[in-house]
Amino acid sequence: MLDLFLARLHQKHRTLAFPGGPPPVLPERYRGLPVINEGRCEEGCTACAEACPTEAVLLSPRLGIDLGRCLFCSDCVEACPTDALSFGGDFRQAARNRDDLVVDEERAIRLATALDKKSRRLFGRSLKLRQVSAGGCNGCESDVNVLSTLVWDIGRFGINIVASPRHADGLIITGPVTENMRLALEKTYAAVAPPKIVIAVGACAISGGPFVGHPEAHDGAGSVVPVDLYVPGCPPHPLTILDGLLRLLGRIEEEPGKRAR
Amino acid sequence: MSTSRLARGRAGTSWPRSELPEFSPRELVDEINAGVEQGLRVVAYFGAAEGSDIRLFLVLADDAQSEIAIGTARVEGKAFPSIAEACPQVQLFEREIVEQWELEAIGHPWSKPVRRGRSLLGAAPSASGSSPHLPAVTDFYRVEGAEVHEVGVGPVHASVIEPGHFRFQCHGETVFHLEIALGYQHRGIERALATGPDRRSLHYAETAAGDTTIGHATAYCEVVEALAGARVPARGAVLRGIMLELERLANHVGDLGALAGDVGFLPTASYCGRIRGDYLNLTAELCGSRFGRGFIRPGGCGFDVEATLREQLVERLERAFVDTRSAVELLWGSSSVMERFEATGVVPKQIAKDLGLKGPAARASGLTRDARHDHPSGIYRFHQIPVSSADTGDVFARAYVRWLEIQRSVAFLRDQLATLPDGAVRSTVGPLPEDALAVTLVEGWRGEICHVALTDPQGHFARYKIVDPSFHNWSAVAWTLRGGQISDFPLCNKSFNLSYCGHDL
Repeated sequence: MLDLFLARLHQKHRTLAFPGGPPPVLPERYRGLPVINEGRCEEGCTACAEACPTEAVLLSPRLGIDLGRCLFCSDCVEACPTDALSFGGDFRQAARNRDDLVVDEERAIRLATALDKKSRRLFGRSLKLRQVSAGGCNGCESDVNVLSTLVWDIGRFGINIVASPRHADGLIITGPVTENMRLALEKTYAAVAPPKIVIAVGACAISGGPFVGHPEAHDGAGSVVPVDLYVPGCPPHPLTILDGLLRLLGRIEEEPGKRAR
Repeated sequence: MSTSRLARGRAGTSWPRSELPEFSPRELVDEINAGVEQGLRVVAYFGAAEGSDIRLFLVLADDAQSEIAIGTARVEGKAFPSIAEACPQVQLFEREIVEQWELEAIGHPWSKPVRRGRSLLGAAPSASGSSPHLPAVTDFYRVEGAEVHEVGVGPVHASVIEPGHFRFQCHGETVFHLEIALGYQHRGIERALATGPDRRSLHYAETAAGDTTIGHATAYCEVVEALAGARVPARGAVLRGIMLELERLANHVGDLGALAGDVGFLPTASYCGRIRGDYLNLTAELCGSRFGRGFIRPGGCGFDVEATLREQLVERLERAFVDTRSAVELLWGSSSVMERFEATGVVPKQIAKDLGLKGPAARASGLTRDARHDHPSGIYRFHQIPVSSADTGDVFARAYVRWLEIQRSVAFLRDQLATLPDGAVRSTVGPLPEDALAVTLVEGWRGEICHVALTDPQGHFARYKIVDPSFHNWSAVAWTLRGGQISDFPLCNKSFNLSYCGHDL
């Protein structure tokens, strides 16, 4: 018994201060929101788009990146001869609309806005989610799971992952939605009582990710169910997912680290 | 000592296809039987299209000699002989060949689909995927009699886990039989790889099983390097080893926490859940991604480690390990935990051998197989990590082997970070040769990962085969439930923690 207490003392209190306090320091090499400097592009150069594994780099009307497709792999950065593209350190990337994920030099990401007032009254202080992995590689699944550990502790916001769609207010979906999981996803969605929300986590669930265009999969959750929140990444950092969830619930507004209510 | 005609060599070498010995399918089956009798293992057995024919490729591993043995056979007609009855470790391979190439395995005792994937022959059977094609819509082995009942679980599970269907034949709490139907995660990776290498190929490897990004990406890059005759600089090889062991640490620590959680022992569950993140964050310091995305690149590594980062890694590793020891040792001192771990989900050594188990699961049953030791590549050729094993084959053994491996991985990391060689981390890789084959074996945290690439006359992949350790090990999960309690299922399952997508590909 004593060893349990000693271990408890040793392991300390580790829950993050975020969003009340500052977010944790991310690694220097962390690849967050892309930074685009189109002025550096050479005339007619398409190296970045050619290197991109998922056609996330757009060349027209101007150089842009579709975060919904982006694997944050930096193949484009490596290919670029003039440093026109780079990944910055901003972890805030979640959006409410699919189009809001397309960024370029003139168009910054439109971060997720809060649910409407009625939905916030229903879900704002208690949001129960059922997770469905539909072809996910266990990357997104792992970093969704991490939100329930004591570092992130989403329980403190009233957010929980629950064991039945009947207990849930919505779904948190990962994976490109494989053909073999389509029916199970449809049934799980149908089993959640309305009103309900859907959160798509990761490039696969938003666009199909590396499997976009595969006949074995359906290019993301949006092809099967309506999506309310998109969290880009491959996989997204847990901080990106948490930030998205809290924005959706109106617990974070535009500025980072500032508590809404 | 044998009269085998199989081509022999080390994993990680490239063979011209013309040098691979040809057999009739019957002779190939005899080679499997003879090899397995001499203690060899089947690491890959798959089909590839050859004009309008299908050719079977067999790869055996001879752990004692640190060699692999390869042979091929052209399928005559639409069927090939099965030896699954006598050699259970090939049963899933044979079913996969049947499913991928629309063949028949004559004499297979239970030839049903592996993952309800599409055939790799040009014409796909059905794109609409109406429910009769779903993985669990199939025949299951059934036990009949008074009070025998069937329990179905999945595909969607009660927490954040990948999908799979489990069908139990029960009598009260006792499980007579468990059958596992997978395939829900099938994304068509092998089909898509078969035209590469292209800009997506490495990303397929990184996400074949996303929690084993380093393991699969290393196996992929080693295949490409073997084919192209490229050499990874010493510093790059060491950094790859460092990443592979960090991946093992994160997952083993996470597994020990999850096992604690499954027996309701919350201290270790809570601490390990966090400490796993400490190791993932070390991985992220090296390459920006907690899962090691972008680190392993053909020819070496995508990132280097400068002096200040190295010091930081050493310091943070030591801190994480102190926390790990504090959290994990609580398990072995808690009689309530040990009571649940010991004698639960036993896989006897012979069964482990028959099923061809890999990784910590095999070592927990007394099989001292570890690709880092038996088929070393990269830094493991020069730095040997002792093989960790146990002999009880129960949940305790699978947990304890992980703890032993955690300690040895940390020791390895200390050594390697202290003696990082100078030089480049990456070399250039030229084009792939025509009509060649290469096999690589990498010991990922779940066990041995096997990648096989076959090139066509233009030097593109003609066939790419991935064998995740989960492919063999799922059979053992089913085995552990025989005569066990259905309430022990989560614990038994977690003690393997297998990959669904790595199996389904």
